[in-house]
Amino acid sequence: MRYAMAVDTKKCVGCSDCVVACQTENNVPIGYCRDWIVEVTTGTYPQLSLEIRSERCNHCANAPCVRTCPTEASHYAAGGIVLVEESECIGCKACITSCPYDARFIHPEGYIDKCTFCIHRVEKGQKPACVAVCPTHAMVFGELDDPNSDISKEMATRKWKSLIPEAGTDPKVFYLI
Amino acid sequence: MIEEIITSGRMNPEIDPMLHVWGWEIPFYLFLGGLSAGILIFSAYFTLRNRQDELPIAVKWMPIAVPFLIGIGLISLLLDLSHVLYAWQLFTNIRWESPMSWGAWTLMIITPLSIAWVAIWLEDIFPKWDWKFDEVKATIRWLKEYRRTMAQILILLSIILGMYTGILLSAFNARPFWNTSILGPLFLTSGLSASAALISFFSKTEVEKRLFTRIDIILIGIELFMIIHLFMGHLAGTQVHIQAAHMFLGGAYTVPFWVFVVGLGLLLPVFLEILELKHKFVPAIVPMVLVVAGNLMLRFIVVSAGQASRWLY
Repeated sequence: MRYAMAVDTKKCVGCSDCVVACQTENNVPIGYCRDWIVEVTTGTYPQLSLEIRSERCNHCANAPCVRTCPTEASHYAAGGIVLVEESECIGCKACITSCPYDARFIHPEGYIDKCTFCIHRVEKGQKPACVAVCPTHAMVFGELDDPNSDISKEMATRKWKSLIPEAGTDPKVFYLI
Repeated sequence: MIEEIITSGRMNPEIDPMLHVWGWEIPFYLFLGGLSAGILIFSAYFTLRNRQDELPIAVKWMPIAVPFLIGIGLISLLLDLSHVLYAWQLFTNIRWESPMSWGAWTLMIITPLSIAWVAIWLEDIFPKWDWKFDEVKATIRWLKEYRRTMAQILILLSIILGMYTGILLSAFNARPFWNTSILGPLFLTSGLSASAALISFFSKTEVEKRLFTRIDIILIGIELFMIIHLFMGHLAGTQVHIQAAHMFLGGAYTVPFWVFVVGLGLLLPVFLEILELKHKFVPAIVPMVLVVAGNLMLRFIVVSAGQASRWLY
């Protein structure tokens, strides 16, 4: 079982609903975020193109944060979700410096925090908060190994990319383009 | 011209706009770790060569500083931890892939070993030294029998300690400037160089002073060679590595690095040390301070520059 997420860059309008939903659902401290919006403008005026992405931890299959963690606080949970066990984290920040996506941050309580793919919801059969609230249904979440899952269907029919795959991380968040 | 503008809504403290999670504590610790490794390697090596009476500062005196240097280094490391009450978790796991785990375990073994190493030399350097308790005397006698074995273990562990301070950084491929395996040997060499400069400064005999001045000249030569290779490697790398190198070749780190680390920390002291060997008068403290300060500066700049270099996407 491999959980993954796909963000449709053609549907995402950058409204930040996912960001706020995540902060509310996961009680993210004020001033911090586990997911965020990136806008990339390319071209020469007036021929410009805009890509909007909702980004978060990529739950890499070859996660450098898990590799460099000296205490196994950063680990793979069910479905390849990368998690941080607060009570094992010493706050050395090796995982932060090893993440090419800068997806982690230091929680004000000292441990390292990041997106969990809302594992507490997924375990109950619900969607992650960001996916559930997206007003344009730009995000799909599901099992990559199940050919009938929403995400497998999207990825079978659409062109997609992942972020800096050349960093060797094997990311599990995909962008439909 | 095609332009690309990336706007991110993320503004996490210490992560954005530029990563800055490691302040002075880490480079300061890397410096102390490298210095301790250098001192122990010289002490243990010349013990194995049976030159302890000819080179007393290197073999017997300098190691006295090591437990203190490691102690200060450990305090500095603990100050860096943001979840410090859980630091004991380091010793409930052995993580082969994590350089930080290697470091924690190496320090765990090398700290008591370095104290034992200092202890076996104390009676040699302070003839009136008295251990008072018979149990301690017996332990020291027992340790002395294994002096050569201890020296061999110390060399191995010190090389790991010196190298790991660099590998700790090079293991992070997310920070292109650090992502070069030459950082391990570079930091080991620079730690050896700082300790050679200190030994040469404190030594009382001409033989020891000249030997360690000569050793330091060679080590600085190797360091310069490795620095050139570091940049050659980056410039022949991918776009992110080329950008990382450019931070030092025209970018923000150009002056601090080439003037303070390479100019004042390597080239000037090597020049002064060569003059020393030619019996020209050079105040001994000058090359020592320059080498040690250059060493510290190298680590501060590398730790800072690594955090400033990144992948763009």
